[in-house]
Amino acid sequence: MPVANKPMTKSTARDLFPGALEMMILQSLRRQPAHGYALVQHIQQRSNNLLQVEEGSLYPALQRLLKADLVKARWDVSSTNRRVRTYQITASGLRRLEQEISSFEQMFEGILLVLNPGKSTAT
Amino acid sequence: MNWLPDIFHRRKIYGDLAEEMRLHLEERTEQLMSEGMSRKEAEQTARRAFGNSTLLEERSRQVWQMPWVESLGSDLKLVFRRLRKSPGFAATVLLTLAIGIGANTAVFSVLNSVLFKPLSYPEAEQLVAVRLIAPGAAGLADFSNGLRLSPSMYFTFAEQNRTFQSLGVWIAGVANVTGLAQPHEVHTASITDGVLQTLSVPPLLGRWLLPAEQNPHGAKAVMLSYGYWQRRFGGDPSVIGRSIEVDSQPRQIVGVMPQGFRMVNADFDLLVPLGFDRNKQTLAGFGFQGMARLKPGVPIAQANADVTRMLPIWMDSWSNGPGFDSHFYEVWRITPALRPLKEEVIGSVGNVLWLVMGTIGVVMLIACTNVANLLLVRADARQQELAVRAALGAGRARIAWELLLESLCLGLLGGVLGVGIAYEGLRLLAAIGPANLPRLGEISLDVRSLGFTLGLSLFAGLLFGSIPALRYARARTTVALRGAGRTASVSRERQHSRDLLVVAQVAMALVLLVSAMLMIRTFQALRHVEPGFSQPEHVQTMRTSIPASLVADPQQVTRIQNSIADKLAAIPGVRSVGFASAAPMEGIESNWDEIYFKGKSMGDVTPLRLFKNVSPDYFRTTGTRLIAGRDLTWTEVYGLRPVAIISENLARESFGTPSAALGKQLREFEDMPWHEVIGVVEDVRENGVQDKAPAIVYWPSMMAGIYGPHTFDAARTVTFVLRSDRAGTEGLLNEMRQAVWSVNASLPLASVRTMQEIYSQSLARTSFTLVMLGIAGTMAFVLGIIGIYGVISYAVLQRTREIGIRLALGEQKGRLRWMFIRSALVLTGIGVAIGLAAAAGLMRLMKSLLFGVSPLDPFTYVSVLIVLAASAVLASYLPARRAAAVNPVEALRAE
Repeated sequence: MPVANKPMTKSTARDLFPGALEMMILQSLRRQPAHGYALVQHIQQRSNNLLQVEEGSLYPALQRLLKADLVKARWDVSSTNRRVRTYQITASGLRRLEQEISSFEQMFEGILLVLNPGKSTAT
Repeated sequence: MNWLPDIFHRRKIYGDLAEEMRLHLEERTEQLMSEGMSRKEAEQTARRAFGNSTLLEERSRQVWQMPWVESLGSDLKLVFRRLRKSPGFAATVLLTLAIGIGANTAVFSVLNSVLFKPLSYPEAEQLVAVRLIAPGAAGLADFSNGLRLSPSMYFTFAEQNRTFQSLGVWIAGVANVTGLAQPHEVHTASITDGVLQTLSVPPLLGRWLLPAEQNPHGAKAVMLSYGYWQRRFGGDPSVIGRSIEVDSQPRQIVGVMPQGFRMVNADFDLLVPLGFDRNKQTLAGFGFQGMARLKPGVPIAQANADVTRMLPIWMDSWSNGPGFDSHFYEVWRITPALRPLKEEVIGSVGNVLWLVMGTIGVVMLIACTNVANLLLVRADARQQELAVRAALGAGRARIAWELLLESLCLGLLGGVLGVGIAYEGLRLLAAIGPANLPRLGEISLDVRSLGFTLGLSLFAGLLFGSIPALRYARARTTVALRGAGRTASVSRERQHSRDLLVVAQVAMALVLLVSAMLMIRTFQALRHVEPGFSQPEHVQTMRTSIPASLVADPQQVTRIQNSIADKLAAIPGVRSVGFASAAPMEGIESNWDEIYFKGKSMGDVTPLRLFKNVSPDYFRTTGTRLIAGRDLTWTEVYGLRPVAIISENLARESFGTPSAALGKQLREFEDMPWHEVIGVVEDVRENGVQDKAPAIVYWPSMMAGIYGPHTFDAARTVTFVLRSDRAGTEGLLNEMRQAVWSVNASLPLASVRTMQEIYSQSLARTSFTLVMLGIAGTMAFVLGIIGIYGVISYAVLQRTREIGIRLALGEQKGRLRWMFIRSALVLTGIGVAIGLAAAAGLMRLMKSLLFGVSPLDPFTYVSVLIVLAASAVLASYLPARRAAAVNPVEALRAE
């Protein structure tokens, strides 16, 4: 899956793994429905600008989520009186998010265990 | 995923997407401007942060696309671009395929409509023809229809059966309708109760005939066919309740059957109740066709068993008269032979249709090999391009797919054109209307035919496409790259596959030519058969009928017929006139009975003989030679003198020589007076040229003792024959009409045609097969010759350099020409050998269609062989001459 990426700073350039962006979008939408621009802002703020996602790369990801019925979209007028396309997470989107998060946590834990063999995590 | 709506929604999705992305950029820009940037700067920064918007939009769109569809689309674009660039190639291939697929689709449609589709009655699979066979009744073997049902059988079967929902009998006939403008003759189907119930087709107007109307003493009713209703009453719905005179019997019209309703295989104008008088029925009278509707789920075998059970009941319940042993019929071994009604309708045409389908299929194969050859040549030309692409990393599957896709497109395009050709072909067929093709009106291009076309097109595409695809996807790149250069002439391998195709073509063409030739020989043999009449083109026939309701007295009937004959004979140019109960080959229901010769033991079983009633001069008019004795006279007819004429074969069979039969006496049954043989006439091929001439007894047109002592009757429905050079002309027909009406204005004229037409119709099956095979054979032959020509021409082209070298080294031109002709002859020879073996095997299947010629007829094989070999030499001579004309200097300097 081509998830767009952009070197954040030269030394720490790292591709997002496939599906990461979708996961973050779903998580943001779980909090509240939002349009594309707001989603980018939200993700950047929450990540303390560590993840500087190329803004446009959000859109292929959103299309994938739309096609899989994980989100739905409608045209709307924002609080700032702009015409926006607002995305909303669906029930199956919520389910998928739970799965993704738990499988991500498992993977992350596994990676950490391998990277830090000395410290065993508490169970 | 439901992809179909996707395609329609995509436009909206793409629009939303573009709009959304534009708004995003706008929002970002405004945000940046509010932070103090200039508009230009803000726009640039926003765009930079957004990324490559074109690429991202493309990628977003891709989410909604099916990758294979998109790539197929671009591949197709390429294919069509390439085809447009070589219009000559495309046109040749498409035309070949269109003709091939069109012919196959047309023949398949006929096959599908005639053989596969169920009959157009509700739940037609339950319908059966109730047929009997009687292997013990000698003479019956001449009937193709087995033993028909008698009225008493109808009563027994209809009342006692356990396996039928309904059962009825019917018979096709003709009747005179009067009281509506001119008197005219109509085709009738006389039906008993049970027939309409069996066919289950509701009337369009009014109602069915009622059981009460089947009572000979009850109310008189009639139903109309849709066609007759339209023709005679202009489709007027108020026709119900009106009265028409059918054979001078007033009958009330009670209903109209819907369009397309046929009585099994007969078109009719009127449905008339049969009205058997139950009290007058005997065992005999086997003249009616039976039909029944099986109870749901009952197999035919069970119904056969049921009929077998009822036969003894029938023999116990009825008699042929006092003192008659009703179990006499046991020696006939009457056995039920029910079959689906559909088989009754289709008859024997299935064989012919399958044969035609097979030959047309072979033509298709030949067309495919020709196309494959063209594609090979074309792929050859692209050899270098393909090799370069392969060297640059194009997968073999990818290249093969591209070649195959081109062939599939050609196949499908050919199929589309083919459907057009098939449609026109079927219209032509319907217009010609071959008389021996049943269910002609039902033939159409339906979904199944179109499915067949699609399948055939794809199959053809795969067939001729897979050969180049396999060859070139496999080709080793190094060889191809080098081989296409100056060093090599032509790869042996490549020429090899084209040679194989030519061999296959020649073999198939030979098989088709042999089959066409055998049909020509059959036709010739049939033409040489003595039919038992002469110069049929000068014999005019015409049928008329004098019903008992019009003229009761048989003497009077004979007088009327005699005066008609005299009036007809008085027409200028008419040399002689006679009449008979039926003319030869007319297809009129024959009369059969046991014939006894006085003082001659007939053994256990008396053979059934065909009998006819004839007038004086009948034989002279048809040109049937008198072998011994003399013709009838009018005095003998009026005097009810017991005389008869018999056919030569009957005379020889019974008495050794024709003259020995003169003076011998014969009769049908005990109460009938003995009739003396006064003449013996030449055998007549009564049932068509292909069938053996039956033994025939000719009674006078009016005779005594038909229904017992002191009774006499005349043949009331007769065919008049006139010998005249004016036969078939409109003028003669008018004068005939006037002659008949000057005697009695209520008499209709029917079946006005020349003997030649009747004769040709009996050859119809053979001529239909002949024409179809002739067309197929010619197509195969032409395609095969083009194939040989193409391969040799191409070989010459490919070997120009080699030819140049040979010539430069002093090769004789004649030897060079011979080299190419020889290679063509070798290919032809191998093809012929394979074809001969195949033909010898396959022609056995055609045996039932052949007449007077062996499936291994040497003349046929030798002539086809010579024609093929000569054509092969000619087809290769032209390119060979070109080879010999090559200028060595130019050939070597080329490239």
